[in-house]
Amino acid sequence: MRAAWLLALPLLVGCGPRDPGEGDGKDPANAPRLPEPVAVQLDASGQPLPDVLAQTQLLRRGNSEEPGTLDPHRAEGVPAANILRDLFEGLVTTDPEGRLIPGAAGRWDISRDGLTYTFYLREDGAWSNGEPVTADDFVFSLRRSVDPDTATVHGRMLAPIANADDILAGRAAVETLAVTALNERSVQIRLTAPTPYFLGLLTHAATYPVHRASLERHGSDFVQPGKLVSNGAFELAEWNPRASMRLQRNPHYHAAGRVVIEEVVYYPIEDQNTEFQRFRAGDLDWTDQVPHNQFRWISRNLPAALSVSPWFGSYFYGFNLTRPPFEDNLALRQALTLAIDRDILTGKVTQFGEIPSFWLVPQGLPDYDGPEIEAAAWSQAKREQRARELYNEAGYSEDYPLEVELRYNTSENHRKIAVSMAAMWKQVLGVRTRLINEEFRVFLQNRELKRRTEAFRFGWIGDYQDPYTFLELFRSGHRRNDVGYANPTFDRLLEQIAAERIPARRRNLMREAERMLLADQVVLPVYTYVTKRLVDPLLKGWAPNVMDFHPSAQMFFVKAQSDATNIEAIEDKADDHPDDHPDDPSNAER
Amino acid sequence: MLNYSLKRLASAIPTLLLLITAAFFLIRIAPGGPFDSEKALPPDILANLEARYHLDDPLVLQYLRYLGDIARLDFGPSFHYRDWTVNDLVAQGAPVSFLLGGLALVIALSGGVLIGAWAALRQNRVADHVSMAIAMIGISIPNFVIAPLMILVFAITLGWLPAGGWDGSFARMILPAIALALPMLAYVARITRGSMIEVLHSSFIRTARAKGLPEREVILRHALKPALLPVISYLGPAAAGILTGSVVIERIFTIPGIGSHFVQGALNRDYTLVMGVVIFYGVLIIVFNYLVDLIYAWLDPRIRYEQ
Repeated sequence: MRAAWLLALPLLVGCGPRDPGEGDGKDPANAPRLPEPVAVQLDASGQPLPDVLAQTQLLRRGNSEEPGTLDPHRAEGVPAANILRDLFEGLVTTDPEGRLIPGAAGRWDISRDGLTYTFYLREDGAWSNGEPVTADDFVFSLRRSVDPDTATVHGRMLAPIANADDILAGRAAVETLAVTALNERSVQIRLTAPTPYFLGLLTHAATYPVHRASLERHGSDFVQPGKLVSNGAFELAEWNPRASMRLQRNPHYHAAGRVVIEEVVYYPIEDQNTEFQRFRAGDLDWTDQVPHNQFRWISRNLPAALSVSPWFGSYFYGFNLTRPPFEDNLALRQALTLAIDRDILTGKVTQFGEIPSFWLVPQGLPDYDGPEIEAAAWSQAKREQRARELYNEAGYSEDYPLEVELRYNTSENHRKIAVSMAAMWKQVLGVRTRLINEEFRVFLQNRELKRRTEAFRFGWIGDYQDPYTFLELFRSGHRRNDVGYANPTFDRLLEQIAAERIPARRRNLMREAERMLLADQVVLPVYTYVTKRLVDPLLKGWAPNVMDFHPSAQMFFVKAQSDATNIEAIEDKADDHPDDHPDDPSNAER
Repeated sequence: MLNYSLKRLASAIPTLLLLITAAFFLIRIAPGGPFDSEKALPPDILANLEARYHLDDPLVLQYLRYLGDIARLDFGPSFHYRDWTVNDLVAQGAPVSFLLGGLALVIALSGGVLIGAWAALRQNRVADHVSMAIAMIGISIPNFVIAPLMILVFAITLGWLPAGGWDGSFARMILPAIALALPMLAYVARITRGSMIEVLHSSFIRTARAKGLPEREVILRHALKPALLPVISYLGPAAAGILTGSVVIERIFTIPGIGSHFVQGALNRDYTLVMGVVIFYGVLIIVFNYLVDLIYAWLDPRIRYEQ
């Protein structure tokens, strides 16, 4: 007899029962009706009971853009990563909450010095053509990923592996990569320094295995439907470029029995309003974004479908430290930072649930808190008071105001924020701001050259769940160090962090590094990004998480309440003794 | 006539060459390259990539190589869609754009001529004013306003038609085709009305009427044909434009046509893709202008005899 639990999973933000009094302000003619899900019931192994599952398990996901390629080692960007997460499985993968769980490797050992990782592949791990996934597959794939000939953007993700740096730079042969197959099912990886986030890196597409035989047979065409052999929960069934991509359940996947969703269709929809309309029309179960201008309407009329949660990204402005006026002028940088009212920016300007921030590293990480910032606890009036003092200290005044240039890449949201910041500077300090918007690539180039920029928009989404991905941007000589920060003490600190293997000590070092950056005020933090999307309330088995990883394999659709007779009936049935079913084959045998 | 067409065709070649040259160098002038992104590439990898696509050669050499390639109709690999060549992408997108654009063209022409002629026959009466006011609104309200409105009304509120997407079914084509056709329809209606009024006042129509021909015949046989001449000359470039898709309509209805390649290609600095679609568009315009000339000659005997 199966045990049945009634679980109220707190999966969706704002997914509580609808308050009848909430109807105020609703537009009755236009208010869309969403189906209400039955309560989710799971069996002992965490699988949903068949009784609660909906008849059709077809998941239609909006996915912003057509991926440039499905080659996991060459793919770039979030849309491609979403699809690849369904098609492939790395050694390690994530659960709905974003925690690391065994993937293609059923378990692993880490040596005491933190330098050697041994992964034991699952005995039943298989490619979508039925062939076993072997240790050699991973050796081949990781070598391919760092091979300069593959010319991948993300090869540098693998830099912690011994010799990877030299291979990436073309100074060593790919065979020297410290990844070896101990036997058919064990892979050993040696690192140059203990890298606490290394397991997290192994969820990235750049570490996914590719099927060597089909790559050799088809060349770069190996990603086409009918040719792509993958090892994830789904396989590629159909690809209509820029219209849709259909994935179906991979029968050879080691946990195929637990995958409920039968088909996933990804739609590349670039326009957020279009995506929203298609969700409303019932064409989509999952959107990638929510249109800014509709947010208020949505939060009033579709609260059960709306999910807003912190994301591992920071929105901030950078100061060009290599040119006036910000070169050697800490007081000015501090003044401009303090003069900004973040609550107004997020609460009145963007209005999207973003989290006002005084830090570089996004808030909401489970095991990291930023350094203490005195001003964070102050009132805005006190911040502005201090900003005026610093502004005068920096040599500016009402009669001799600062003239500064604020540069951002063309986008409605960036424009709104830049305009508001300029207004705040004007009001608090009397700064005269010139706003300059540029097309994205022009903007990136100007930022990198540092010859023209003064204050400029900056934003960063972490590559892996560790503060280091933000801190390392400010290493002297880092290609994205667009502020031109060059501080030997800070660089040494980064080296120490990279070599430190005791988590608590490493955390303290990172906090110290972040404190240093903020004390030098190399950036002007604005907010921590949030992810926001609409999800069919009947879709369960997913949860908001900072990395915004949502594998379809763990999701499932439950019945709507109107479809299910009632929950009690389901419960009765689940508790029924098998003897009561005379046609049950197990009884017939007795 | 044959001599004339051959000459016209020959003159197309330098035009195209000029277009290719200008486009090639203009897109290279734009700052940033196809491999720039917020997550910067290590310099060695970047060098590797550039070498692979010959981007490290002198620009003139790249230009000559490109001319050689397109002479063999090879438009090269796309920088952004790394699984596809430009030929693939155009071959995927063009049929979609042609289908949708063709449908829009039919709607715009039939609707526009009908409304225009009708308004002309009721010149200065209420019907004329109403239809021309509507046409003016059609011209002035941009696609990106009309299209979402149409989705809201017909897909969300009434639920009659899909909100977007593309699977080749007729139902998904209706809304985008109408949205694409509307501005052109309005234009055609106004042009038709204007030239129809002019024709209706000309002496040969008076003669036809004086001969006692039925009004139907006067309009359909004698007035309509010459009245369509300005429409035809407008149609050449307009048809090329509508058939190559509209980035706005494609975005709003998520249609995989080639229109968005123009904009996305340029934003991604996908040099080869931009060149590919520019050449495609250029050839199309040249072909259509050529066709328009031929139709013109067929419609208007005066042009034929002057040649």
